[in-house]
Amino acid sequence: MADTTHGGSDSGTRRDFINLLVNTTAVFGAAAVAWPIISSLNPSQDVLALSSIEVDLAQIEVGQAITVKWRGKPVFIRRRTPEEIKSAEDVDVTTLRDPQPDSVRVQKPEWLILVGVCTHLGCVPQGQKPSEPRGQFGGWFCPCHGSEYDTSGRIRRGPAPLNLAVPTYVFETDTLVKIG
Amino acid sequence: MAAPVFKNPVIRWIDHRLPIFSYLHHEAYEYPTPKNLNYWWNFGSLAGFMLVVMIVTGLILAMQYTPHVDYAFNSVERIMRDVNWGWLLRYLHMNGASMFFVVVYIHIFRGLYFGSYKAPRELLWQLGVLIYLLMMATAFMGYVLPWGQMSFWGATVITNLFSAIPVIGDSIVTMLWGGFSVDNPTLNRLFVLHFLLPFVILAVVVVHIMALHRFGSNNPLGIDTKGPQDTIPFHPYYTVKDMFGLGIFMMFYAFWVFWAPNALGDPVNYELANPLSTPEHIVPEWYYLPFYAILRSIPDKLTGVLAMGASIIVLFFLPWLDRSPVRAGTYRPIFKWFFWMLVFDCVILMFCGKYPPESYWMPFAGEIVDATTFTERVAELQGIPHDQALNAVGEMWGVNAAGGSFGIKIVRLGQLGTLYYFAYFLIVLPLLSIFETPRQVPLSISKPVLGGGKATAHATAKSMEKA
Repeated sequence: MADTTHGGSDSGTRRDFINLLVNTTAVFGAAAVAWPIISSLNPSQDVLALSSIEVDLAQIEVGQAITVKWRGKPVFIRRRTPEEIKSAEDVDVTTLRDPQPDSVRVQKPEWLILVGVCTHLGCVPQGQKPSEPRGQFGGWFCPCHGSEYDTSGRIRRGPAPLNLAVPTYVFETDTLVKIG
Repeated sequence: MAAPVFKNPVIRWIDHRLPIFSYLHHEAYEYPTPKNLNYWWNFGSLAGFMLVVMIVTGLILAMQYTPHVDYAFNSVERIMRDVNWGWLLRYLHMNGASMFFVVVYIHIFRGLYFGSYKAPRELLWQLGVLIYLLMMATAFMGYVLPWGQMSFWGATVITNLFSAIPVIGDSIVTMLWGGFSVDNPTLNRLFVLHFLLPFVILAVVVVHIMALHRFGSNNPLGIDTKGPQDTIPFHPYYTVKDMFGLGIFMMFYAFWVFWAPNALGDPVNYELANPLSTPEHIVPEWYYLPFYAILRSIPDKLTGVLAMGASIIVLFFLPWLDRSPVRAGTYRPIFKWFFWMLVFDCVILMFCGKYPPESYWMPFAGEIVDATTFTERVAELQGIPHDQALNAVGEMWGVNAAGGSFGIKIVRLGQLGTLYYFAYFLIVLPLLSIFETPRQVPLSISKPVLGGGKATAHATAKSMEKA
């Protein structure tokens, strides 16, 4: 017993050292156990494998909009009319809550592609169909809390803090777009 | 025993209102434990550890599993292939069941040898048997969930056990199934119960520990602790000893999980359940084999099921079947032999449960062969025509020792095993209680630990001073 408890007063005893080793091992052990458990809660490989889709745009008329599902969420694809493009480009960017010129939100001005999820609390805004309200700015209107988006999907009025998000996409041909 | 004074003011504040820290201090820290516990006493805490592992991995798996006949099998395969670390979690859970039973069987046999079921620990023992029963039910239900061939046919066979009940048996089975065969409603309810029962087990474990702490652990000498000189505080002595045992055990566990994850399971269960075709061989998991052998030993359906049930129920009555006042087998010269024969008997029964009942075990040839092959062997080795050999085999109920062709029908061996199993509890133990003369047990735990003999009084006094 004497050997294990005697040691320099500032260096600690051998028992302190053993305790330190045991506790350190326990911490690493717990981390090694927690890692796979927590990691298993993240998206699995089959979910990640479905993270991109291809959409054929050939059937969409000018002024028409379609909604497709990507990663479980709606994506709005709207073929804008020249008037809508003009009104989106003419806005004074400095007056916006989330200032972004229309040019950075589209790859081809005619095709506006947005994640159709309101940046306030996640509802799907209305305005895809001609019969639905589009709000004062001609874009989308969120029925949950009244956020209004313009023809570039930018937030103009209501509680939402940010513009509708633009997903990653590429035009594989003129009429085929790959989202994600 | 005085309430501890905690340095941390937050703990002190809480403890004053909710004395949970005092309670833990009392039950897990200063808790006086016999100082002579050997490593067989590690298995209780290991069983507790396994219960936690099974609940944690089970919860995570349940988040990924789909209890539906069309999706269950694929959702398990998805866990294996697509879910991050899913293979590890499933293998931990799957092999964890086996590890849980390994640990619990050792725990039970430790209790049987050292007489831990005797007064005043009868309830403690019975609660343990209850936990074991719940474990068997839970493990069976869990085995059904992957919806492989063995899952399905295991579920069919086990639920059909209830059809042995006269008159109402068939209605009960239909009710258990929620239909006319094992199907989607069955899978759904088994999943729900598989989720629920572990928490019931947890609750019974808490009561088991309450009963344990009433009189404290039994010990290898099987005698009561006589005072502080016979005990040491649970922490750090047994927490450290348990942790050391846990480290060794986890290596054993990890061996199965990482090197032989499917060795304990049946490969047929990686085939999707098919209600139209039964696999050639229905074999339960290894931990049920002895009971399966008892079931098959008896050629009558109802009696077979009753015998299997009785093999567990008899454990509930054990404290009153063994009336010997001496707990530890160490001091019971005759009991000891019968005890080790029981261990051996359970291994034999396990062996019998594994192989088809109609096959023959040829111990000298080291082979298990079917009836036709056995008859041919007998004919060949004894140089007699085939039809005579057939007769000889039939007449000798499968035992034919002449000419080195000794073989015993698996079902006969199982019957002998079953006979001994019940005889041990119902005949041997009651008789031993009367006729056996136990050896002298030590006067106290301190005595043998500190060298015994003439030094006893002196040594006891000395350790009293320390305490």
